[in-house]
Amino acid sequence: MQRIGVFICHCGSNIAATVDTSAVVNALSAEPGVVCAVDYPYMCSASGQDMIKEAIKEKELTGIVICSCSPRMHEATFRKAAAAAGLNPYMVEIANIREQCSWVHKDKQTATEKAIVLGRAAIAKVSLNTPLQPGEIPVTKRALVIGGGIAGIQTALDIADAGFEVDIVEKKPTIGGKMAQLDKTFPTLDCAACILTPKMVEASQNEKIRIYSYSKVEEVSGFVGNFTVKIRKKARFVDENKCTGCGLCTEKCPVKNVPNEFNLGMDSRHAVYIPFAQAVPKVAVIDADYCRMLKDGKCGLCSKICGAGAIKYDQEDEIIENKYGAIVAATGCEPIDLDKFDEFAYSKSKDVITSLQFERLMNAAGPTGGVLLRPSDNKHPKTIVFVQCVGSRCEAHAKKGKEYCSKICCMYTAKHAMLTREKYPDTDVYVFYIDVRTPGKNFDEFYRRVAEEYGVHYIKGMVGKICAENGTLKVQASDLLADKQLHIDADLVVLAAAIEPDRSTRPLATMLTASMDTNDFFTEAHPKLRPVESPTAGIFLSGCCQGPKDIPETVAQAGAAASKVIGLLCKDRLTANPCVAHCDEMSCNGCSTCENVCPYHAVTYIEKEFRMPDRTTKIRRVAQVNPAVCQGCGACTVACPSKAMDLYGFSGKQIYAEVDAICR
Amino acid sequence: MQRINRSELIKAAAKLIESGEADRVLGWKKGEFDYDVTPYVFNSIDEIEKDFVWGDFCGANFSKYLIKETAKSDKKVAVFLKPCDTYSFNQLLIEHRFEREKVCVIGVSCSGMADIRKIKDTAGEGIAKIEEQDGYLNVFTLYDGIVKIDSKDALAERCLCCTKRCVVYDELLGDGENKADNDRFAKVEELEELTEEQRYAFWKSELSKCIRCNACRDVCPACTCEKCVFDDPRSVLENKAAANEFEEKLYHIIRAFHVAGRCTDCGECSRVCPQNIPLHLLNRKFIKDINAFYGQYQAGEKAGQRAPLVDYTTEDREP
Repeated sequence: MQRIGVFICHCGSNIAATVDTSAVVNALSAEPGVVCAVDYPYMCSASGQDMIKEAIKEKELTGIVICSCSPRMHEATFRKAAAAAGLNPYMVEIANIREQCSWVHKDKQTATEKAIVLGRAAIAKVSLNTPLQPGEIPVTKRALVIGGGIAGIQTALDIADAGFEVDIVEKKPTIGGKMAQLDKTFPTLDCAACILTPKMVEASQNEKIRIYSYSKVEEVSGFVGNFTVKIRKKARFVDENKCTGCGLCTEKCPVKNVPNEFNLGMDSRHAVYIPFAQAVPKVAVIDADYCRMLKDGKCGLCSKICGAGAIKYDQEDEIIENKYGAIVAATGCEPIDLDKFDEFAYSKSKDVITSLQFERLMNAAGPTGGVLLRPSDNKHPKTIVFVQCVGSRCEAHAKKGKEYCSKICCMYTAKHAMLTREKYPDTDVYVFYIDVRTPGKNFDEFYRRVAEEYGVHYIKGMVGKICAENGTLKVQASDLLADKQLHIDADLVVLAAAIEPDRSTRPLATMLTASMDTNDFFTEAHPKLRPVESPTAGIFLSGCCQGPKDIPETVAQAGAAASKVIGLLCKDRLTANPCVAHCDEMSCNGCSTCENVCPYHAVTYIEKEFRMPDRTTKIRRVAQVNPAVCQGCGACTVACPSKAMDLYGFSGKQIYAEVDAICR
Repeated sequence: MQRINRSELIKAAAKLIESGEADRVLGWKKGEFDYDVTPYVFNSIDEIEKDFVWGDFCGANFSKYLIKETAKSDKKVAVFLKPCDTYSFNQLLIEHRFEREKVCVIGVSCSGMADIRKIKDTAGEGIAKIEEQDGYLNVFTLYDGIVKIDSKDALAERCLCCTKRCVVYDELLGDGENKADNDRFAKVEELEELTEEQRYAFWKSELSKCIRCNACRDVCPACTCEKCVFDDPRSVLENKAAANEFEEKLYHIIRAFHVAGRCTDCGECSRVCPQNIPLHLLNRKFIKDINAFYGQYQAGEKAGQRAPLVDYTTEDREP
């Protein structure tokens, strides 16, 4: 028989105001197996914990129940206290009488009754607990960063700085990400390339960092500390070790009309190209969709002209397999497709552009050499209308766009307006907004300067329709503050398109078994207290893949993710969670149901020889759980038709005992 | 009247035994009464010719027998499977319960099986012999002489709405397809329309008839666990099943949950129930709901398919 101690916390008035704790003490002390039941104002305090420790020793308790807040808050605290008193930490059960009781009820009598029932269930469960011993798992001391934008670069640099090896996998031919396409950065207006490219160079020169550019993650297996990742290094048809980045091939290539993705299709590049001047690695890449040699076998000009002999038309994709202890997702974001926003004539007029295109038009390395010319006729636009929240803050029933605020648009639009007015003071600039949101260091000051000193017309209201007519864009909009309709003839319209997670994020999340929200952003382990960790152990989040962010926030989060990775990699061994599934092989049918439902690929099947009750031997197909991979989610235990699968610490028997205690 | 003759079945089985492809045949054996047909493993052609029967009372589904039968020898076993039986066969293959290579499947077209209870309702007790003739059953009774029943009126409920086809076979006798046009969910819909109290009363009256003989479980091709939870004291379910105000309610409901997504709607549970409980309705409710929530799904239709309830895919919604 267990000797159970019950400890009821008041949590100040959080619990005690709604739950009659002394009534709970009286009721629970009558439960079978309970040898002591006490209440105390703050069980989590040092004196509360001491009380528990003393009771464990004095009353020789074999199991304890704490009626308090959610186990997510203090389960670890009480387990440590139990361990300090010599009790196996897994002989501790928490009855959540705060979040699930006192906070959600008003009537003291019903709340007290419910607290008693919850306590009773925990007592029934702890009676069936068995001491568990966590195992240990080794740690591979190398990290993988997926995505080579500013988030990935910063995370990799910080991890390398701590002395650990780190690999960056970037799908594009160069690292740099979206920041490389930006012109100036708000609110200080320093040039994006000037602050980013030194970091790119630093990453490429750091001997702890390996960059796999033009590559993607193909397969992830394993678990925290022991991931095995297959990386597909796409054929770039250029030998990375030989190419000097001289750019001669990119000038001589006869295929000149390939839309240049770096300038968002506003100019063209050759079939062999280097994405931009400061690309890292500065190695040419041949676009197999356009290269004549690869398509028809006729041309070969780049190969002839290359002094280094770097062109390799027969290069093939390469699969590289590496082991990692931790993985950081830094896959970033991209502007949404605007095909559902045809009221803004985006698909009809070349002069309706996105803000990212505007960045390129303002940039010295952009298609116009930094001179603001509108795409249709290369003339200076005299009236520019900026439309904010295009696809952001949409209502759910609108079935287009996103419900969330993309967070960065207010500030970059203010920046665009300021830069336009500064360079071209004769230009009329209108900004249509729902709200202007500027909560960041020096952000509001910046916005006010734009609105008050630079003569930008900020108009609260949305643009309803844009029609392209004879080279002008007829903008119909409403001014909500003046309560009137506006008609503006604009030369250029810039849409602040919402940002969404990169489209590679969902398949990646599936590979990583990391959860995502409905918008395909990665979910963090705790929205406030664990913002850079995924709920899946060993997976960390950096940058916009977790939610919209500006550059300073991204860099801060990148550093935070790096520090979490460093904290993991500096350990030689990790303690495994002992609450994992196990299989009763004699009951196992070998049906593979558990294998199918396991999100972590922790279940495998083996053919095993059994001694049967009739003294014969039989080879049977049975399930095996890898306890290091199992996260204890319990999906297999529910799916198993013969109840051969069970969870340590949450056995079917324990759950039934809890339900029985509740229904008694 | 079956569209395929007994002689064709015997020919197919004899061929497999003669060629050495299989060394035994799982088939129906004549019982004490014409309607009392027994599953049997025939070891020789002589045995088959003597005792093998094929007719309107060969309802038994042999799929489940193959688990034990295939384990007995390394030689192949031949088996007759009607269209509905082939789905159970596939489902068991999906669950790795036996090896496909150890079975020769003779798919048999079926014209529907008779329900002896329907015959007894008309002809009464004391049935000595039943003969088929021109679409009619001549029922010889001890008390009322010969009672003539239209074969169609004697068809089992599961056959009246059968649209199954032989989905797996090595050899097929006939076209192996059925195209009945009755809606198998009609009764389920009827029950769904009842109030909660009425539905409770319906099931209370049905399930309280249960004598817990376990026949439904023992015959069910989805109930093939190495150790059934109802027989395992450690499972905690064992003594839960009976502990209710109407006997065995939980037994049948737990069983329906256990086979949900794996039940092929073969209807064997209702066929063997000595108390005439319409157990297939519980399973059909699950099938109907699965179809509504996850799209049309027929368990056992395709080899290797995964049931929607026990599958994890990347398209699953995040909670």
